[in-house]
Amino acid sequence: MIRKNDNPPSTDETAENNRCWYLLFFAWLLATCGTLISLFFSEIVQLPICVLCWYQRIALYPLVVMLPLALFPYDDKVIRYAMPLVIFGWIVALFHVLVVAGVIPEAAQPCVKGVPCSEIHFTLLGFLNIPVMSLLTFTFIWALLAFSKKSFTRT
Amino acid sequence: MKQKNIFISAIIFLVLFFIAAVAVYKSQQPSTVASELLPALERINAPVKGGSKAKVTIVEFFDPACGTCSQFYPLVNNLVKKYQGKVNVVMRYAPLHQGSEDVVKMLEAAHLQGQFWPAVELLFANQQRWVEHHVSNPTSALAGIKTLSLDHEKLDRDWQSSKVAKTIAQDITDGQALKVRATPQFFVNGKPLIVFGYDELVSLVEEAVAEAY
Repeated sequence: MIRKNDNPPSTDETAENNRCWYLLFFAWLLATCGTLISLFFSEIVQLPICVLCWYQRIALYPLVVMLPLALFPYDDKVIRYAMPLVIFGWIVALFHVLVVAGVIPEAAQPCVKGVPCSEIHFTLLGFLNIPVMSLLTFTFIWALLAFSKKSFTRT
Repeated sequence: MKQKNIFISAIIFLVLFFIAAVAVYKSQQPSTVASELLPALERINAPVKGGSKAKVTIVEFFDPACGTCSQFYPLVNNLVKKYQGKVNVVMRYAPLHQGSEDVVKMLEAAHLQGQFWPAVELLFANQQRWVEHHVSNPTSALAGIKTLSLDHEKLDRDWQSSKVAKTIAQDITDGQALKVRATPQFFVNGKPLIVFGYDELVSLVEEAVAEAY
């Protein structure tokens, strides 16, 4: 938070600080929405969870707790800590999308017999299945964190 | 202060939205199995216990290796006893555990000799002897079933026969059609047990009995 009374920062700097705060905030918002949506599908709709989904959850869920700690006060170090998780999740999501698309053959996927990861449970707008949503989420979080870092270092 | 308010409002909004979504989803869940799926609940000659003219039928999809199924076994028996002649229970195989597919074949082979109930009771009671880390050991299970007085040679022949395999395959297909992903899964007169629990099962049966009699 910016204390306006002592040491008033220049308007430009406040705007920039605000900007990186909001970018981080939106990254958190995205991670939290993704978490709630994935929990909705597994706990309420009771879709089975395949191994690849679990790996993506491991990367996504900690962000929900981690990012807010860096919002008050804004702490750009969190980007350094969060990035490995985001990149890991992004790679697994990409792998999952390729498995679903059939680019990676069935035999190469590390899934248990019961719940094949190549199975699609539902699709929105003709292309938006759960792995694609996950890949988009990780991509946006990655971009938001990168922009947040960039605008912070500039100030 | 403004940022804190935004953050807190976002949390409140997301939580409320989630609760609303759950409520909407739950209210739209059909309380009865779709009519085109109703035949999947039944299979001729499936093991059944209770009055043959009972108007209330509990269909249980079970895995002999499943711990919760074993815990529910006496409870379901109590229900059948409590509503003598009014409630019966039909057992369908849902071998979800690794190795269970052979064990349910052995149970079906015992059923062909009229020994399903003693066999399943024995397997449930001695689960720790033939299930290790959620993996079934068919050899130990078979040894257990053979302590019952039945024709051992016929049992050995039957459980590996294509007839028994077909029965099991039918149950698995039906279970998949009915979206049975965990055991035990109960259906009472075509209504699935949506919230899992013993009390919930009792009230579902009570409702069905009240409706039928």
